[in-house]
Amino acid sequence: MDDRRRAADQSGQWSNDHGQNAGGFFKAIGAIVWKDLRAEFRSWELISAMLVFSLLVILIFNFALELDIKTRQSVTAGVLWATFAFAGTLGLNRSMALEKDRGCLDGLLLAPVDRSAIYFGKFFSNLAFMLIVEAIVLPVYSVLYNTNLFQPGLLLVILLGSVGYTSIGTLLATMSVQTRARDILLPILLFPVVFAVLLAAVRASGGILDNLTIADIAFPINLLITYDVIFIAASFMLFDSIVEE
Amino acid sequence: MNQKPLALKILDLVSMLLLLAAAYLAIVVAPTEKVMGDVQRVFYFHVGTAWVALIGFVFTAVLSVIYLITKNLKWDRIQVAAVEVSVVFFLITIILGSIWARPAWNTWWTWDPRLTTAAIAELIYIAYFMLRQGIDDPDKRARFGAVYALIGGLSAPITFFAIRLFRTIHPVVIAGANAEAEGNFSMSGDMLTAFFFALFAFTIIFIDLFWNRIRLGEYQNEVEERKLKAAY
Repeated sequence: MDDRRRAADQSGQWSNDHGQNAGGFFKAIGAIVWKDLRAEFRSWELISAMLVFSLLVILIFNFALELDIKTRQSVTAGVLWATFAFAGTLGLNRSMALEKDRGCLDGLLLAPVDRSAIYFGKFFSNLAFMLIVEAIVLPVYSVLYNTNLFQPGLLLVILLGSVGYTSIGTLLATMSVQTRARDILLPILLFPVVFAVLLAAVRASGGILDNLTIADIAFPINLLITYDVIFIAASFMLFDSIVEE
Repeated sequence: MNQKPLALKILDLVSMLLLLAAAYLAIVVAPTEKVMGDVQRVFYFHVGTAWVALIGFVFTAVLSVIYLITKNLKWDRIQVAAVEVSVVFFLITIILGSIWARPAWNTWWTWDPRLTTAAIAELIYIAYFMLRQGIDDPDKRARFGAVYALIGGLSAPITFFAIRLFRTIHPVVIAGANAEAEGNFSMSGDMLTAFFFALFAFTIIFIDLFWNRIRLGEYQNEVEERKLKAAY
């Protein structure tokens, strides 16, 4: 791999010209996202599984917690985030397993692009899947429980939370699909690490649903932003060392 | 097989004596706390074990960086040793804290920031071992382990701040006070002696176990290599 890189370096594909390099970088990210979305829109394998699973989780919560009007008020945020977290592991696992199964990941690694472009490509496509699922779950939940979840603040929190969740989830899923335990390992690795993001997201969403002002929920939102920045940066730096052969 | 170094043998003995001495100081010499009574004596070992475990976890994150830069498996063995010993000490911390909390807080467990962060940190480092177990290739295992330990080390402080969203009742005995803390106390002379001695004793015990574990790691490595040789 290194030889190839070096060769690419010399042939000018890896030029130090920043403009050209950055352009190539974004092009590579775009290509990976495009590939994933196209594959998904042909099979609907991942999104449909995540979606059906989410609805089932909500159904289970409905009876496990007896979501009557009073309890609903206090647990909606928690139910939503628990649903997203569970459905998220399903999607992340599948998305990375697809790459690993038929050697697609090796193919991607052979491409003369920066490794972090592969990470960001997978990150954005995983994020897209998660957001699509959330975009369907939210109205369904709103209809089922007669609560309006379409509030700009809540959508922002969901975006921030999903970014944090998938940024580290993509990294850990890349790791877990390369181990023997595979599917069972991802939640075990991921949940303790994203605990903070889920907690802050639940707090912020709950605050918005309770009609608190932005100043009241500034702390969890700041925490979400901090988390997103730190973990995207960490994944960006560490991705190289988990795909190297 | 190389012989156990003399220094380590001496350290083994010293650690055992120190543990006995620390227990003596905590149980006999230190005075009984006025409000909580004898259960407060748990405190000396609780802080002692927590202290070494936390240093171990910070050290683990540093070792991750060193391994990822040097790619020398020696650092990986040291990291495994650090995580393993720290996980055990931290589990002792949590259990001792729980024993103290039952009479002091009237509950074994509460979702207080420190307790929750402790539980999450413990789970992260247990997950670290589960991750390593699923990988056969030593280089890959070391890389993944280092990456995960580093991420765990980054997320633990954030988790701590996140749970600050809720109030804490954990006492802050050293440096600073928490107005809402339950079970606070100030230490008298003999208590301070017992406390600092426990810190010192556990530091030495930690170093001793750590050293032994690194040696064990080297043996494991040797066994693995010989197995590989035998296979071809």
